[in-house]
Amino acid sequence: MALSGVEIFKLLPKTNCKKCGHPTCLAFAMKLAQRQASLDACPDVSEEAKRILGEASAPPVRPITFGTGPKSVKMGEETVLFRHEKKFVNPCAFAVEIKDTTADSEIDGIVAAVAASEIDRVGQKLRIDAIFVSNASNDPGRFEAAVKAVAAKAPEVPLILSTSNAAAADAGLKIVADKKPVLFGADESNAEAMANVAKTYKAILGVSARGLDALAALTEKIKSLGVEDMVIDSGARSAKEIIENNTLIRRAAIKKNFKALGYPVITLAQREEGMLETLIATLGVAKYAAIVVLSKVEKWKNLALFTCRQNIYTDPQVPMQVEQKIYKVGEPTPESPLMITTNFSLTYFIVSGEVENSKVPCRLAVMDSEGLSVLTAWAAGKFTASKISQFILESGIENEVKNKELIIPGYVAILSGAIEDKLPGWKVTVGPREANGIPAFLKSRA
Amino acid sequence: MAFAAPKETYPGKVFQIAIGADQSAVFGGENVLSFHSFEGNAPNRPVIAYEIQDIPPEDWPETVRKVYEGVSGDPVTWAKHCQNELKAKAIALRLIGTHPDRENRSPEEAAKIVKDVLSSINIPLIILGSNHVEKDAAVLVAVAEAAKDKNCVIGKAQEANYKTIAAAAMANHHKLIAMSELDINLSKQLNILITQMGFDKEKLITDPMCSALGYGLEYTYSVMERIRLAALTQNDATMQPPMLGDVGMYVWKVKETQAPEADLPYWGSLEERGIAWETVTAGALMVAGAELLIMRHPRAVKAVENFIDELM
Ligand code: B12
Ligand code: SF4
Repeated sequence: MALSGVEIFKLLPKTNCKKCGHPTCLAFAMKLAQRQASLDACPDVSEEAKRILGEASAPPVRPITFGTGPKSVKMGEETVLFRHEKKFVNPCAFAVEIKDTTADSEIDGIVAAVAASEIDRVGQKLRIDAIFVSNASNDPGRFEAAVKAVAAKAPEVPLILSTSNAAAADAGLKIVADKKPVLFGADESNAEAMANVAKTYKAILGVSARGLDALAALTEKIKSLGVEDMVIDSGARSAKEIIENNTLIRRAAIKKNFKALGYPVITLAQREEGMLETLIATLGVAKYAAIVVLSKVEKWKNLALFTCRQNIYTDPQVPMQVEQKIYKVGEPTPESPLMITTNFSLTYFIVSGEVENSKVPCRLAVMDSEGLSVLTAWAAGKFTASKISQFILESGIENEVKNKELIIPGYVAILSGAIEDKLPGWKVTVGPREANGIPAFLKSRA
Repeated sequence: MAFAAPKETYPGKVFQIAIGADQSAVFGGENVLSFHSFEGNAPNRPVIAYEIQDIPPEDWPETVRKVYEGVSGDPVTWAKHCQNELKAKAIALRLIGTHPDRENRSPEEAAKIVKDVLSSINIPLIILGSNHVEKDAAVLVAVAEAAKDKNCVIGKAQEANYKTIAAAAMANHHKLIAMSELDINLSKQLNILITQMGFDKEKLITDPMCSALGYGLEYTYSVMERIRLAALTQNDATMQPPMLGDVGMYVWKVKETQAPEADLPYWGSLEERGIAWETVTAGALMVAGAELLIMRHPRAVKAVENFIDELM
């Protein structure tokens, strides 16, 4: 729970020595309360005050980076329960399970599918983020071999090693030491041994218990054993349990600052049936999972889940948008067509995708409309004849194109006359309404 | 640190609605957020209605068109197929053929179709216009009369045409869908306007407007969550009608449900992708608060029903 300025002030030296750059300790305390200053700036603060303030100012859900290097995944740091309040911070990671009982050739296939899972959607690169290697055989040797095979083929992909056998954990972790994997499988029966292995290899410890009381008690115990980075599993497996436990965990962390459950949550979504698994994973995305474990990588499922995650994790205040400028699609010549649209990411990527499909090189003028779609921007007065003509004039594009012709979206056909009035010497052509009409439209003119 | 589960109770409650001549489909009625039965009362499952239309679904993509091949030529056969073979719990008949740019069917023709469909099924019927504000006003009045006392759902009343449609729904004892565009204030205002006419607020269904996965889902999702929170935390009666997710229509027109795998190999199987698109859109909106869903593909419906089984 955040402390108020006065509460913080009580913990400061109260000498008003100004070494922190603030006129008084109270002024500094106020800045701290607003998170506009860092406690380090005061050289005289006591260890006791540091501890209390550090604990109080720690984010309610512990920030943890899973994996290392460019494919590492940030988890935790969430601050709200509903996305309209404030952006959800760290998009959940999707992991796919590989059992150590799987034949080598099949393991290779899954790892290859993970490597090939990356797609580009609305300007973001999205992929299956992690691999969950499970010790289904219960044999440390087999587990080690499976981890070795996966780590060799996918050296950059963050790994979750799932076993409740400390010997298997040790055998697996030593292969990926220093790669910040998750060791998933600490429970009431093996907490000490697993905590020790996790400490040795600086792994994040995945902690499972049945129910939230038991889970909270267990994370406290493990913390006292010296492990700080944990991901937690409440034992929820059915959709009903997932929504209940994930909601209560998030509320406890955020509204009560309950530290024992202030860790990223892992949700196991594996199901026999692919559509149902997709739905359980959707529930995980919507309801507070930091890691969602799937049984299979399938392109169609990935696309749906990546898109769902992207939707849920966009900033509710600021639509995703692209920079205002004149983009080139292909290699346009002075004769190539010039089209205009708004800077809402979705609009831009749909339209530029269709222009690419047409194979006709084009210029695409993308106008800043505060991230609104064509019709929304038009209705909001941000995509008007005067704004469009001003943008075209100021862009200097006149000097680059031979025909002064501007193609506008079909939905705003109504603007064509007014734009022509404001852009002397220009001709306005109304394009199709839907972007999927663009290839035929461009080809018919070529 | 002892753990006390931070459960929440709310002063408000969602109205419960029963539809159909026999009142066989019941939804709403909860006093908690969707599927939060661990802290309150969530007595009813969301209801999924199969969408059919008055004209053959030539503009539906192949994946979903082909499952109705042989039955979708006329609405009566189609409706019976959904009831008898697919075990639908409700049917949503969209009178898209009345749209002036389509077949431009008259209100009388639409009324006859509604009568024929009603007499051939015994599950609840949702009757939707073509979303042309002027034409809907005429068509929905005629069909509301044709379906008198069958306790159907009539939709959609919008700001521009709610008066005539709400009056017809009221006179003929139907429930009514009130649709506004992705804005909690517009939605509240429309519900107020409709109830000010004397329409019973407990017979309304709010449609905050659907949007498909990848095409604005987050807007619908958040508007639904906000409406539901207003209903529960502020006990705001104008926000307490159950909500509709008109999923199929929005999903089966986006590129992901239509582009062949040959063109976009990294998008995977077109068939599975289309079904997943409908499934995920419906699932997400249900978690946000929708309790009446209109869907098209039987496999998507099946998956969502299984999901509900697990959630209840
Ligand atoms: C989501 C949405 C919103 C979101 C904003 C989303 C965003 N970032 O833009 C929110 C909720 C904030 C919103 C607000 C408003 N909205 Co609004 N909104 C929509 C909605 C549902 C979808 C818009 C969308 O994302 N479309 C997808 C994108 C990709 O479409 P697009 O940009 O038009 O691009 C397509 C085509 O235009 C074409 N295209 C694009 N560029 C080009 C270029 C060329 C050259 C060519 C040929 C083609 C082409 O290709 C694309 C794909 O086919 C539409 C209804 C609908 N279903 O369309 C209403 C809609 C656009 N909104 C509308 C209105 C009135 C408003 C508001 C004024 C009122 C309100 N409801 O509060 C406000 C204004 C916002 C403001 N700041 O003041 C109206 C506009 C009415 C009209 N016909 O003029 C619509 C049509 C709803 C309706 N039927 O009344 N809205
Ligand atoms: S440096 Fe520390 S003691 Fe000095 S004024 Fe700032 S807060 Fe007070």
